[in-house]
Amino acid sequence: MTTDTIASKTYGIKKSIYTALWFMFLTFPIMVIKVNTVDNIIIWRWENMFFIGAGSFILSFIWRYMMIRKERKSQNSASILQTLSETIKSKKRIYLSIIIAAAAFVITFPFIFSMYSTNIMITALIYVMLGLGLNIVVGISGQLFLGYAAFYAAGAYTYALLNHHFDISFWVALPIGGVMGAAIGILLGFPVLRLKGDYLAIVTLGFGEIVRLILENWNDFSFGPSGIANIPRPPFFNIKLSLSEATVYLYFIMIILCIFTIFVIRRLEDSRIGRALVALREDETACQAMGIDKTKIKLTAFALGTTWAGMGGVLFAAKTTFINPSSFTIWESIIVLCIVVLGGMGSIVGVIVGAMTLILLPEYLRAFSEYRMIIFGVVLVLMMIFRPGGIITTVRKNYKFESESK
Amino acid sequence: MNYFLELFLGGLTRGSIYALIALGYTMVYGIIQLINFAHGEIYMIGAFTALIAASVLTVLGLNQLAIIVIAALAAIIYSAAYGYTIEKIAYKPLRNAPRLSVLISAIGMSLFLQNYVLLAQTSNFLPFPELIPEFEFLKPYSHLIRSSELFICMTTAVVMLLLTFLIKFTKIGKAMRAAAQDKTMAMLLGIDVNLVISVTFIVGSATAALGGVLIASHVGQINFYMGFIAGIKAFVAAVLGGIGSIPGAVLGSLILGWTESFFTGYISSDYEDAFAFLFLVLILIFRPSGILGKKEY
Repeated sequence: MTTDTIASKTYGIKKSIYTALWFMFLTFPIMVIKVNTVDNIIIWRWENMFFIGAGSFILSFIWRYMMIRKERKSQNSASILQTLSETIKSKKRIYLSIIIAAAAFVITFPFIFSMYSTNIMITALIYVMLGLGLNIVVGISGQLFLGYAAFYAAGAYTYALLNHHFDISFWVALPIGGVMGAAIGILLGFPVLRLKGDYLAIVTLGFGEIVRLILENWNDFSFGPSGIANIPRPPFFNIKLSLSEATVYLYFIMIILCIFTIFVIRRLEDSRIGRALVALREDETACQAMGIDKTKIKLTAFALGTTWAGMGGVLFAAKTTFINPSSFTIWESIIVLCIVVLGGMGSIVGVIVGAMTLILLPEYLRAFSEYRMIIFGVVLVLMMIFRPGGIITTVRKNYKFESESK
Repeated sequence: MNYFLELFLGGLTRGSIYALIALGYTMVYGIIQLINFAHGEIYMIGAFTALIAASVLTVLGLNQLAIIVIAALAAIIYSAAYGYTIEKIAYKPLRNAPRLSVLISAIGMSLFLQNYVLLAQTSNFLPFPELIPEFEFLKPYSHLIRSSELFICMTTAVVMLLLTFLIKFTKIGKAMRAAAQDKTMAMLLGIDVNLVISVTFIVGSATAALGGVLIASHVGQINFYMGFIAGIKAFVAAVLGGIGSIPGAVLGSLILGWTESFFTGYISSDYEDAFAFLFLVLILIFRPSGILGKKEY
């Protein structure tokens, strides 16, 4: 070992010790002391200080290692996952067998696993749909949208209220929910057309909260915080289904709708509108200079994205049979955003992977459920720093120009 | 008339608290063009630190004045430290990344801090001791203004003056203005931009902590979620006044405080929060640069 590496090693250890000390100081009041203001008792939890110190000491090494790797990686960026997916795609036989295996698994899932698992899977699939919808707005056209829960709520309340007042069935309400989502998306889109980036984020966030507050306070319209109960599940040709049959039925509806969503988005990506959306993400000015009507394309992006939220809302109402405004808080929007960011912005497979990880993992790791949100937070920050493209990074289409004369 | 005056003074207090948070927003935005979503959380951490410090000191049996001073100082120091650390972890590695990434990172940080306090402390509302004593000379007017309200307004005025002085007349303030205009050029001129950004976060966080302590003592209870809505509203105020401008942040906060106060007083209190957001949407549509903001946007 040369003196140089030894020097850098001791430097690293010293730095980590400082980091550990700093974090022990930083977390001291919140982590160590717990006060009971009623009885004036103070609980000292010194063991937490030790954990923080040891944890940040180790983590600072990992942090530095990752930072160095990140800097190196910017030069040659081809991940294992990417090359793997490339080889899978290029070999038709493997691709086909994977598809068939996946299809078999999806079809047999509700019969192999319990009703509990199927129910969770339905939730995950609703989030896949929401994620795919938000992906159009955030991933493909690059508009940061934080009020997605508002459209989700619009869909859910459309079904619940139409059913309550006019006895309208699920199948009629589903497209109406989608249209409602799109209509409100356009309605919101008009005033915020001029905004971009963080301003757009904060306005849409505000919009989401306005919708929730209206639902909570306008008792005559939305029945207020007590919500609407006894929403029927999807009917099946007038045949009365038992609870477990209805769950399996809803599961297959969800699967079909997800496949439909994926199909639509695949077609959209290759279409004129899809390419215009990508252009909008990359550079608004250049996009306009290419003759794309910015107003129209932005509104299209909003409408296309929020339609799925509206339909997702209808499905959510049909699944839980009870809705109230507290299901549509800002955190709902943030979870969907997490799904899109974690999975990989703009990538369909990424969104599916993201939704499955974020919804299924906390369900099966019940012991950690209270740590769910804190982990979401950490994941968002770390993903942005170390893997901004998400788990499955989209590969941009490359068009090659080959000259005829050689 | 009395009712009007009551609402007016209530709005003034409300606006002053928003101003203390909005100052941090506006300074950070001015320099790195980032909506620091975690700013509201720093305000919440300030309130929690003050509560913890005050409780420990009460058990130790110190006198009232010492408790106030030490608790406020602890809140300011810890919030500043949090602000500094957050910038180093979540924003500095993303200095050259797209704005969207930094914003998502900020949302993640906000989520993390909220749940960190939730898990380490409690999800319940904690009663906060009234730190500010009643002033004798205000007794006859006690139906109009409480001494804590007067104290909040005065503190905000002092902090705003100090900040204006810091930015206009000191060396670091000059460096801040330079970095806000053009980071690369500032670097070429020998300004340590990273240091300037750190200082901005520290100063902004310290003012937010002061706001946290004052509002907690005024309202009398704190909760891990208190920073979120307050943070958003302060942001609305900062945008209203013209983001990046310090007098603008205070003016915007006062206007928001008054409108909210009169709205809830005369019309309805159910839609108080919704109203603030509606206000934000309207400002951004009709005057995105704010009241005192720069014209070119």
